[in-house]
Amino acid sequence: MTDLLLSVRNLRVELSTRREIVRPVENVSFDLRKGQTLGIVGESGCGKSMMLRTILGLLPRGGRITGGEILFQGTDLLKLSNQQLRDVRGRLIGMIFQEPMTALNPVMQVGEQIAEGPVAHLGYTKKAGRRRAVELMQQVGIPDAARRFSAYPNELSGGMRQRVMIAIALACEPQLILCDEPTTALDVTIQDQILKLLVQLQESTEISMIFVSHDLAVVSQICQSVAVMYAAEIVEIGSVASVLADPSHPYTLGLLRSVPDFDNVKAVLESIPGIPPSLVEPPEGCRFRARCEFAQEDCASGDFPLLFSDGERASSCIHSNSCREAAQADPIIGSRVR
Amino acid sequence: MFIRRRLLLMLPTAFGVTLVTFFMIHLIPGDPAVTMLGIRATPKSVALLRRAWGLNKPLPEQYWLFLTRIVRGNFGTSLFDGASATGLILRASLVTLELIAYAVVLSVVIAVPLAVLAATHRDRAADQAVRAIPLIGMAMPSAWIAIMLILLLGLKAHAFPVAGLKPGFVGHLDSLFLPSLTLSLGIAPLLIRSLRSSLIDAFDAEYVTTARSKGIREYRVLIRHAIRNSLASSLNILGLQVAFLISGTLVVETVFALPGVGALMVNSIYRRDFPVVQGITFLLALAVILTNLGTDIIHSFLDPRVRFE
Amino acid sequence: MGAASSLPIPLTSDDLQRGRGARRISPNLVAGSIILFVIIGLVIAAPLVTSYSPTALNATQALLGPSLHHLLGTDELGRDEWSRLLYGGRVDLEIAFLAVLASFVVGTAVGCLAGYFGGWVDVIAMRVVDVILAFPFFVLVIALVFILGPGTKSIYIAIIATDWVSYTWIIRREIIAMKRHEFILAAAALGYRHIRIMIRHLIPNCITQAIVYSMSDVVFTILTIVTLGFLGLGVPPPAPEWGSMMSDGQQFITTHWELATFPGIAVVIAGIGLSLFGDGIADLLRVE
Repeated sequence: MTDLLLSVRNLRVELSTRREIVRPVENVSFDLRKGQTLGIVGESGCGKSMMLRTILGLLPRGGRITGGEILFQGTDLLKLSNQQLRDVRGRLIGMIFQEPMTALNPVMQVGEQIAEGPVAHLGYTKKAGRRRAVELMQQVGIPDAARRFSAYPNELSGGMRQRVMIAIALACEPQLILCDEPTTALDVTIQDQILKLLVQLQESTEISMIFVSHDLAVVSQICQSVAVMYAAEIVEIGSVASVLADPSHPYTLGLLRSVPDFDNVKAVLESIPGIPPSLVEPPEGCRFRARCEFAQEDCASGDFPLLFSDGERASSCIHSNSCREAAQADPIIGSRVR
Repeated sequence: MFIRRRLLLMLPTAFGVTLVTFFMIHLIPGDPAVTMLGIRATPKSVALLRRAWGLNKPLPEQYWLFLTRIVRGNFGTSLFDGASATGLILRASLVTLELIAYAVVLSVVIAVPLAVLAATHRDRAADQAVRAIPLIGMAMPSAWIAIMLILLLGLKAHAFPVAGLKPGFVGHLDSLFLPSLTLSLGIAPLLIRSLRSSLIDAFDAEYVTTARSKGIREYRVLIRHAIRNSLASSLNILGLQVAFLISGTLVVETVFALPGVGALMVNSIYRRDFPVVQGITFLLALAVILTNLGTDIIHSFLDPRVRFE
Repeated sequence: MGAASSLPIPLTSDDLQRGRGARRISPNLVAGSIILFVIIGLVIAAPLVTSYSPTALNATQALLGPSLHHLLGTDELGRDEWSRLLYGGRVDLEIAFLAVLASFVVGTAVGCLAGYFGGWVDVIAMRVVDVILAFPFFVLVIALVFILGPGTKSIYIAIIATDWVSYTWIIRREIIAMKRHEFILAAAALGYRHIRIMIRHLIPNCITQAIVYSMSDVVFTILTIVTLGFLGLGVPPPAPEWGSMMSDGQQFITTHWELATFPGIAVVIAGIGLSLFGDGIADLLRVE
């Protein structure tokens, strides 16, 4: 376990607005090793983006961490002072955001925004910062980098902007990059390019990544392990291959079934009936119960923490066996290699 | 490019301004010449004035004469003392320009720290207090502000002179302080409100989260990201306030007995000195148009998005 | 865009965040209404509240300080200040409300026509608006008052002629945005005449911003009227008016500062009441 980079334990986050209190992260735990890429999959509103931001303490107004710990290289990030946290941000952990048009400062040159990190953390001079920025821009595949240094975000295409975001995240050579749905706002072809870039990064460095997305397909392309999140909780976790071929939570099963497959065109597009529960007043018992085909009486009350079947594989469903059987029976899922 | 386009857009408006200014004479109920001369009206003087002003000629011809006159900067002669209207106005402008510049500086000095304080302490005590300022301040007539300042700082505390313009640079700074403060207190509430609002918008923006994720110091986030983005729209608002400031000089210069354009306007109205009133009206409108143009240009430098419209 | 920039202050982001859920009666509305109610009540009921005439000269009673007989003292001609304040309020408030109402109607009408028909109508209307906006507001008002001669009528004309443009701007912008909405296309498809569409469908939806703006416009207009009065170009004497009262009181600033101060305070209180009321109306009318 010495190459354990990040360890999140029982994380709880609360968001108070004027009217109500929302709990977007409830008892979330997972581990990340050096060089590993973990995907976090879930539908909109399940809390995955919020959880990612919590790692760096970037909660919005009204947000509070109400429990748990985030151990990064052994240090609990939640116990750090603002000053210490700032030293971690950018330098040890970088972040890529979803919508580069709004995530980049519109009145600042992109090169300047990339150089800002090294100048602040590594003591670079303006000139050195500029050189580093151009170098990074070339690394992420921005053509004519030297000239593009002084471009403004609105002069660049969506794909270019996202590459700038990646360059910003990499600027101080962090050990971990948090990716908050980086390809969601892009066209499919550009999405592909960006993913290839990220894969290239993985292969050439020892960098670890947490990749949040609602798209299972994207996650399966780039991650080795995946955590499935539903209604503020992690319901299943394991290697990508085993989760896709042998899902042990009904929600995962539902997700897998609803993915359209060009090779096996089905007559009816399947979806999971019902809607996710409220995060203001979550239901008693298992949160997926209302939409679950395997639900029984004992699902109606109690807590459902992740149960580990072996070191890496876990599910919070107490009826995972029925779920797994149903999965094997499915022609597409059952035929996958574990 | 951009500047040329803005200049072109300005022309029809300037043209319209000349039309309005021209028609001011003809709005006078009754015979304009008689009204203008007032007690000095005798059949002879009326006839002379009508000839001098070409009031006998058809309207379009009158307008043309008027236009060619003012393009050369000739606004006629003062009915009061026979001096060139243009000369009077230009001499008075120096004082007014000083006054306005001083007021702009003071209003920025007052508004910026308060707005930053309010935005960084959102919804807490400091913010509530600062938000009360526009509520009360925007209901205060500048005449009243002037009187209050004279009363409190001038007469009771004897801190500053309450009338006239003392010579010399320091003399100017001293005697223009209360009038400029009056003017700046007139626009500061609005500036505070809009600057605070745009800072809060900036703070909530995604790119501020990105900046924080880089781990840079908070004051840097404030200055290089939040304020920098608010700057463009704030300067815009400030530019618009110049029109308000110009209006304000009428009262302020009168109360503080300063020899500026505002006082000249008011006094000319008292003296029924029509050419001067007409001239000032036109020139002030021109000043506003040019200021707006200048603000637009500066805005385009600060906010690169605007250049591509 | 020169014209666009000199106009109504947009709602702040606080305004946008405050109004959640259904229409709310906010503290602003309550506070503003109370203040307004008190002021307007006092002003309308002036004859009942004070027994002194605001114009009766009484040289022997000149320049008395505040006392039980004269709440705010008397001015240099022996007139009771408190009753002058109340009667003066009638003058200022009446002119302000009526002038703004007229500007509202004229401006909305022009804005509606310009926004709805577009084309030449729009171009001409906008050029006129731009020209009027090029003049500093008060300079234009005072020039018009000068030209038209002294008197209350001139004040009305001067203010309305300058103020209508703001409403044109707001309404036009709203209508242009609304025009594209389907229910307007539906109304046109049903063969409704233009007027019907404008009055029954477009205007009710676009008027909110204008109404909210009109509240701050009344405050602004009161300031304008008071300033005109202060310069001696406003409502002619001997009618009491807050601005001319301030001007008269100026000479006695060292001995009887209350003569010049209280009219101003009255203006401020009225302004605060109106602003709060306007904010409250904005909260109320905001549809989330």
